Amino acid sequence: MSIETVGTYAVALFLLIGSGFVMVGVIGLLRFNSPMTRLHAPTKVGTMGIGALLLASMGHSFLLGEGSMHELLIMAFLFVTAPISANFIAKVNIHQRSCDAPPAPPQDATWSTLNVLPEDAEVEAVNES
Amino acid sequence: MIAAADLINIALIVAFVTLAFGQTLSMVRLVIGPTSGDRILALDTMVINALGLVIVLGVYQGVQIYFEVALLIAMLGFVSTVALARFILRGDIIE
Repeated sequence: MSIETVGTYAVALFLLIGSGFVMVGVIGLLRFNSPMTRLHAPTKVGTMGIGALLLASMGHSFLLGEGSMHELLIMAFLFVTAPISANFIAKVNIHQRSCDAPPAPPQDATWSTLNVLPEDAEVEAVNES
Repeated sequence: MIAAADLINIALIVAFVTLAFGQTLSMVRLVIGPTSGDRILALDTMVINALGLVIVLGVYQGVQIYFEVALLIAMLGFVSTVALARFILRGDIIE
């Protein structure tokens, strides 16, 4: 078996792996039954699914004889930003009391997300109504 | 055993169909809600799926010009998710 054949099989395999992770993530987004559990499914789409699709894209460019490693840049960017956006969405869920409140922190008075400053009390009242 | 060229065509079709199906399911979650956190999450997933569609289109056509498109979609998707979440958290984006 030549190296081109092995590369073609690898590209097809990575495409199928990425499709599998995307399918699992979006079905989890639709099927789970509370906001915090729904949060964890689509993060697999952003890291594993798109990561496998980008690996397939890189392998395909090498098969065509004009190899590029550009896609590593998108991969690195997504792997850095996906946890940050997930953290922001979790803070929105806690702030809106749409999930169970977390247990009291061991050393501090309250969680920073739940501790509303006086000047933000107006915003909080709007969100609660 | 399937020939390699046939296998990659099948894998491309599977990837396109999966990503389009994912966009549809995310849009259902965007409509039914129920909290605004879920809607932000559904929009974020739709941006990620659009990024995947652009990447698979680049593999299908065998060209490199979709790299810049994918990078711009990734960056704007992150910025818009953070802006939406921050608007709900603080009532303002830039204070």
